[in-house]
Amino acid sequence: MSTDRAALMAIVVTLLRAIAPEVEPGTLAPERPLRQQVDLDSMDWLNFLVSLHERFGVTIPESDYAGLVCLNDVVDYLQARLG
Amino acid sequence: MIEFKLPSLGADMDEGTLLEWHVKPGDAVKRGQVVAVVDTSKAAVEVEIWHDGVVHELRVAVGEKVPVDTVLATLLAPGEVAPAPAAASAAAPEPRAAAATAPLARPAPATQRAPEPGKLPATTRPPVSPAARRRAKELGLDPDSVPGTGAQGSVTLADIEAAAHAAPAPGAAPSAALASDRQKAMRQAIAAAMSRSKREIPHYYLSETIPMTRALDWLRQRNEGLPMTERILTAALLLKAVAAALQRTPELNGFYRDGQFEPSVAVHAGVAISLRGGGLVAPALHDVGAKPLAQLMRELADLVKRARAGSLRSSEMIDPTITITNLGEQSVQSVFGVIYPPQVALVGLGGIAVRPWVEGGKVCALPLLCATLAADHRASDGHRGALFLAELRELLQQPQTLADASSPTPIQPGDTT
Repeated sequence: MSTDRAALMAIVVTLLRAIAPEVEPGTLAPERPLRQQVDLDSMDWLNFLVSLHERFGVTIPESDYAGLVCLNDVVDYLQARLG
Repeated sequence: MIEFKLPSLGADMDEGTLLEWHVKPGDAVKRGQVVAVVDTSKAAVEVEIWHDGVVHELRVAVGEKVPVDTVLATLLAPGEVAPAPAAASAAAPEPRAAAATAPLARPAPATQRAPEPGKLPATTRPPVSPAARRRAKELGLDPDSVPGTGAQGSVTLADIEAAAHAAPAPGAAPSAALASDRQKAMRQAIAAAMSRSKREIPHYYLSETIPMTRALDWLRQRNEGLPMTERILTAALLLKAVAAALQRTPELNGFYRDGQFEPSVAVHAGVAISLRGGGLVAPALHDVGAKPLAQLMRELADLVKRARAGSLRSSEMIDPTITITNLGEQSVQSVFGVIYPPQVALVGLGGIAVRPWVEGGKVCALPLLCATLAADHRASDGHRGALFLAELRELLQQPQTLADASSPTPIQPGDTT
């Protein structure tokens, strides 16, 4: 499970870097709120979620946005839906 | 003969470097067509032409830096016949306008001074500009290995120069040096425009707190079940609301030029977009009042994307009639802006946060937005500015009215009927 998770995390960070290229991989704390660590406005955030959707085929309803605060939340969310 | 001149792409620009021609002599062009790419201190901008015609002569070569209003090319109007002597030289355009400027742009071999018209595809953009490729050859650099900062990542002359400066240590250094140069230039451009604003424009400032429960609930319901790419962001709804509110106070929308205010019927909203790595641009989203919300959202997403990729169009840089700066939903409470001349107003939207509010004699917790107005006292007074913010507040209490209806044509102050 841990390798799956690490691989998933790596893809999520890659997609994030496509939107915020200044992010240095390895410097993000996955348990801290993402938008406190990376300068993401609402358009960036939407684009990030759309890129997750395109990569994984997981549709994220707007009502779930509030639960996606840290990178860990995002990876948990994807893991739960990818089975 | 029509002269196609380098437009001023904003109050902070007085010169530009021609990066690419998308046309060659003999090409027919249509009004609105992108014919060239020009680098300003802020971005590579696609420059559109505003006449139908046939390209007669390209007067400025790729890589040349020229002042605003320089004739870049001449065009034959539909039906016009080319003057005989010039027609012979049309195949090998000679740059004239910039003889004294931009020595680094001067390519070495005389036979190669202008882009070979036949080899330049009219519509596709080469990843390396011809001038950059030539300069790279002179310097012994591989242009394809240089990181591009031009339109759609194209390698520009400046990229090659920057890479050459950093030549002893190739790798990350060139792009870092270039980024710092560009940042310096952008900072200077912003400083010039904002200093002019504070020197010339007598600003007055107003603010109003707006309950956002209805607007946010309405958006949530509308977005529910929609594919992710069709969801509307609050930012788009707010743009629409500002444009609709401006219908009642046209003296906030337009330009102050030559000692008088020229109102604009259409609302071309300059959207302040912060760039990663610092600086900002405020390109126009055209005719916001007349467009349905879904279309506005698509155009806003496209504009933000292109602004950050450094790929804006000249019409977007020239004509915003008002600027809207939206700090973002998670940001601080309020922003009082500096008006971008020759505009006469700037609307500032702060973060949306749950804060105390009194309704029906009771204190409750609601999501609130602080909207501000910085306006030019030469064009309007505080009383009219206050009407605008009050109208904005009311419109956001009836968000469904903003959805699809296009705004009615405003009554201009000069109308006597």
